[in-house]
Amino acid sequence: MSINVANEPSVGLFATCLVDLMRPSVGFATAKLIKNTGCNVIVPIEQTCCGQPAYNSGDNVGAKAIARKVILAFKNFEYIVVPSGSCASMISNHYPTLFKEDGEWLCRAKDLAKKTFELTNFLADIQNAKDFSAGYDGVVTYHDSCSSLRELQIKDQPRKLLKKIKGLELIEGIESETCCGFGGLFCVKYPEISSHIVDAKISDILSTKADTLLANDLGCLINISGKLKRRGSLIKVRHIAEVLANMTDVPPIGDGFMEKKTSCK
Amino acid sequence: MDPTTENFKTNVRKAIADNNLSIALSKLSEGFPAQRSKAVNRLPEFEDLRDQAREIKEHVLKNLDFYLEKFESRVLESGGKVHWCRSAAEARSTILRITRAVGAKTVTKSKSMIGEEISINEHLEQHGIEPVETDLGEYIIQLRNEKPSHIIAPAIHLTMKQVANTFRKKHLHLAPERSLNKPRELLEEARDELRQKFLCADVGLTGANMLIAETGSIVLVTNEGNADLTYSLPKTHIAIASLEKIVPTLEDASTILRVLARSATGQEMSVYTTFCTGPKRSDDLDGPENFHIVIIDNGRSDMLGGEFNDMLMCIRCGACLNHCPVYKVIGGHAYGWVYSGPMGATLIPNLIGIDKSHHLAHASTLCGKCEEVCPMRIQLPRMLRSWRQLYFERHRVTSISRQLLKIWSFLATWPSLYRFVFSIIIAALVSISRKRGRFKKMPFFSKWTKNFDLPVPEGGTFIDRWNRRKQL
Repeated sequence: MSINVANEPSVGLFATCLVDLMRPSVGFATAKLIKNTGCNVIVPIEQTCCGQPAYNSGDNVGAKAIARKVILAFKNFEYIVVPSGSCASMISNHYPTLFKEDGEWLCRAKDLAKKTFELTNFLADIQNAKDFSAGYDGVVTYHDSCSSLRELQIKDQPRKLLKKIKGLELIEGIESETCCGFGGLFCVKYPEISSHIVDAKISDILSTKADTLLANDLGCLINISGKLKRRGSLIKVRHIAEVLANMTDVPPIGDGFMEKKTSCK
Repeated sequence: MDPTTENFKTNVRKAIADNNLSIALSKLSEGFPAQRSKAVNRLPEFEDLRDQAREIKEHVLKNLDFYLEKFESRVLESGGKVHWCRSAAEARSTILRITRAVGAKTVTKSKSMIGEEISINEHLEQHGIEPVETDLGEYIIQLRNEKPSHIIAPAIHLTMKQVANTFRKKHLHLAPERSLNKPRELLEEARDELRQKFLCADVGLTGANMLIAETGSIVLVTNEGNADLTYSLPKTHIAIASLEKIVPTLEDASTILRVLARSATGQEMSVYTTFCTGPKRSDDLDGPENFHIVIIDNGRSDMLGGEFNDMLMCIRCGACLNHCPVYKVIGGHAYGWVYSGPMGATLIPNLIGIDKSHHLAHASTLCGKCEEVCPMRIQLPRMLRSWRQLYFERHRVTSISRQLLKIWSFLATWPSLYRFVFSIIIAALVSISRKRGRFKKMPFFSKWTKNFDLPVPEGGTFIDRWNRRKQL
């Protein structure tokens, strides 16, 4: 663990299990963005998952066990930044609920909750990040993840940041606030329903004529890209952090290294 | 009707395979949500009204006994009768007793969800009394022997063509050349048929959108005016309502009316809003000679003060159904009982028990749109999670998913082991298909990969790669 540099706020990066296991480049992009705002970024090795799969399945005992680990691993930072709306909301909204009858842990959970931020929320509202050297040559549409929008009230922040990216044109879908049908384990339990919900989402994305879809939640992105690919679409799907950090060398989600050259507009 | 909530998965498959249903539901998504949004934007104080409406219900639920007793004494003063029924069975026999006492053969009925809940039509039929639904949607589904698929638009699952076919099959006098291609023509056909029924009914059975404690009045809200003919033409009016429909004053009723229609259909007010107080008075020109109000508990009082207390604030506007991504795909019948959508998934387990309805709470993405549009700000996702927790504690979650979850939760609390196990899995997946970037099929996820491509992990875990980079 690196030593805290004087006057630089220490930020614990909670990568989330999906970024950790499926798309590490989002983690690196997140770290770069936080660092660029003058923070010292630390990635605690003791992190895995925020506990949403257990919590949303009704297994509060399992969720609490995981939550305690997260609380201990991140308690000493000034900020905890998460590149996902649902995982950030799990910590800031649902941890206090989980421990509502457990005085000591409730205190710790609340303490962690108030210093935990979703990435675009942190960049736009806390750090007031303005300087982005990034450019992106493409037409982008943005999907609001349900947890970001309705549990964390994040709507303008990602748009405000995307406006600063040179060459990037943002076109809003009429249904940008509509659920993509992921819902964590919901999409595994009820894949037929999920499939129909994402089809509606995709119709809206296609109607924008954008060549790139961005969001701040890898769950939604894997779900939407999974259906786009199955339908043979060439729309590129990326986490917003990759574009903001100018780290788009990695192929878009669901595109192989072989397809890098062909998956264009 | 016996609930089929236990067969939810089969119901879903049937619903998804039904083309007429998906055509009908696609119209729903275009209609009500857009209308609601326009209505809300036209009324700057809408959000304040929601708060006020919620406060009224919060207050009422804390003082339910007081307001119900006040309502009772006002009804008695106005010459009506009040019947308290603990269960659906008690309510059914009370209604049957009243209809028999006046020698009724035909009962006209306006739309009532509590009527569906207690299966009053079946009960009357079994005892030789003909119930006639007078709401157009309810009338159509009664002809088809179906249940409502939406709490305010009961026949929303049907296309116009299906309705026309139903009329041709059931209205035996209907001339083959009569056109039934337009909504207006269908409406006129139903109206011709119903007019006679209205005139010869012995009892009018209505629900009640609200009960007003201050005046002993009931509030009836419709767009077709059918409730007004239902209650005012026969000699006997029976209104049925669950006990949480009570509000203290006329003023409170008007606050709730201001959010009700806007949330439901996007209308400022529904076309007909009627306040009925007791039977016909001596100087009234018309109205029923007898007025009975049947107040039904059927599980509600057990919800008071508990985890699901707020569900008693629901005013049955249907906004949560109209905006629910799951409802829009499967419609109402899949939920397997009279209520559906997020409010159904939350309410039903309170009424028929979690053993029979445990699928419903899981069939939600917890997207939160329902709470966003609920005029009473009911925290539906929170309560769906609470049901999931109760099922889990009662071991109702299937064993395979439970075992997988246990393994995941165990690994997640042991970071080194977690990293070791997943590094191996990731390396294996990457070596198989890095170039292609995605899998068309995946064991354990085959149901998902039937419709989706699963992306191949990028390679390595972020934590390992970060630490390796740091050491360089």
